[in-house]
Amino acid sequence: MAVTARRLGSRVAFAGFLFLLMAPTLFFFYWMISLSLKTDVDNLANPPVLIPHSLTLKNYVYVFQSSPLPRFAVNSIVVGVGSTALALLLGVPAGYGIARSRRYGLALLILVARITPALSYLIPWFLLFQQLGLSNTYYALIISHLIIGLPLVMWIMMGFFEGVHPDLEDAALIDGCSRFGSFLRVALPLTRPGIVVSGILAFIFSWNNLIFAVVLAGPRLQTLPVAVFNVMSFEQINWGPLAAAALLITAPVLLLTLLVQRHIVASLAAGGLKG
Amino acid sequence: MAVGARTLPSPRRARRGLGRHVYTLMILPAVVTILLIIAYPLVYTLWMAVHEYSMGAAGPPPFIGLANYRQLLANQRFLEAIPRTFLFTAIGVLGPTVLGTVAALVFARPFPGRGLLRTVFSLPMMATPVSVALIWQMMFHPQLGILNYLLSLVGIGPQPWIFSRTSALPSLALVETWQWTPFVMLIVLGGLAALPTEPYEAARIDGASRWQVIRYVTIPLVWPYIMVAIILRAIDALKTFDIIYVMTQGGPGTASETLNIFLYLQAFAFFNIGFASAVVVVYFLILMVMSVGLMITRQKTSWQ
Repeated sequence: MAVTARRLGSRVAFAGFLFLLMAPTLFFFYWMISLSLKTDVDNLANPPVLIPHSLTLKNYVYVFQSSPLPRFAVNSIVVGVGSTALALLLGVPAGYGIARSRRYGLALLILVARITPALSYLIPWFLLFQQLGLSNTYYALIISHLIIGLPLVMWIMMGFFEGVHPDLEDAALIDGCSRFGSFLRVALPLTRPGIVVSGILAFIFSWNNLIFAVVLAGPRLQTLPVAVFNVMSFEQINWGPLAAAALLITAPVLLLTLLVQRHIVASLAAGGLKG
Repeated sequence: MAVGARTLPSPRRARRGLGRHVYTLMILPAVVTILLIIAYPLVYTLWMAVHEYSMGAAGPPPFIGLANYRQLLANQRFLEAIPRTFLFTAIGVLGPTVLGTVAALVFARPFPGRGLLRTVFSLPMMATPVSVALIWQMMFHPQLGILNYLLSLVGIGPQPWIFSRTSALPSLALVETWQWTPFVMLIVLGGLAALPTEPYEAARIDGASRWQVIRYVTIPLVWPYIMVAIILRAIDALKTFDIIYVMTQGGPGTASETLNIFLYLQAFAFFNIGFASAVVVVYFLILMVMSVGLMITRQKTSWQ
């Protein structure tokens, strides 16, 4: 009897502790959604309205009416998909090559890319893109976002290819398959989860990136984070639409995260996440 | 981890075509690309840093030797930005490391709904930083913000958060902590999953309490993973840009102007390209020295 009571007590304590741990995250997202669905009056009320009595979609309507959000979304998608595709095209074979030839010195290059602040590339790129007439084009943005995606893909894929036992490929080689053929037909299919995860992560970090597009994109090519950041100064206290915009631009990322969450841990254990 | 880390042997029949050179050819495009987009800017930056380079000036920029660096060492704003950056980094490493490790210990225990809660817990690090900063800015609002209201419920007076010179930097570090605690949690959780079970059985037989097991068995065993998290966190915290730029742009005054923000303003608000390049070089050196230092520490401490 006493034992079960103590066990129950420790369970309640654990649940309470878990709640404390989750509270900042849960409350943040609750408050974001709540701000985006409340009326102006409720949003600016003092004391704040924790549980709204009426909800409205007016803020979302306002966002779409007052800004060319779909156009910015297209920019974000073009840059994200373009840079991710290039990162996979270059990074997956490279990760395989490094893992199989054990040229781990090259991983140092990835590490340097991971450590260097983005701003230190930006000044020379900014000047170079201007000289080449590439400033304010998708090319400039895609190339700049490659600096986030490519090292990430190489690093993650290196880990995944190391996990493919060479014996599996030996069999293919003995059967007369070329080395590149064994990469295509044996290693690549086995590491599909790695390709999916590294691709999605590269896309997410491109989508989230602010600074490259702030400097390299003109008004027409703004990505979503830049567009929202620019609107901020005009909409000082217009919280509803701002929260709606904030939620709209981050929702795709959160959905993708839910999709890959199972694999994120594995990729993280293999090394460095984040561009 | 390196189950398959040995190289492929060369079966005689596969000795046709390019052989092992295939690997070189597969690596080459990526390495050339990285060299072009990383090494070229670094070299160009070194060159610009010793020239008087500003936007729109006609003719080739004059060579001025180390004048940009001398100017940098005399620049009050720069000299103040350095300790400020380290203070921000210290909080941005310590907060997530402690909370993330605690969270990892919690999520390592089985309980109903664990997978879902862990995913939700990891959302802050994936969410778009601009969105995160925007919502926190609203929560920080002195009169209408929810944080001061919540504080008032527990009898604490209103705080100025990001709007005062003294509290701006710690408030930003609070957001950084909120955002990156899951990052540490995921790394440490990966470490906990890979732990051997024998030490635990030994500890249980010896009658150790749960706290003693955590303190004397678990923490020492996952320490290498915690160190990895600390290294990555330190690199990222030193480079934090988005949330500071969106929420305060270095203000009020220069109260939250870290090296990265200082660099951005010099380069893209004042267009002092040569001077900013010197900042890049010094900033890069700071990051390199710190990363290498931390990695050496890790080599020394890991696996005891």
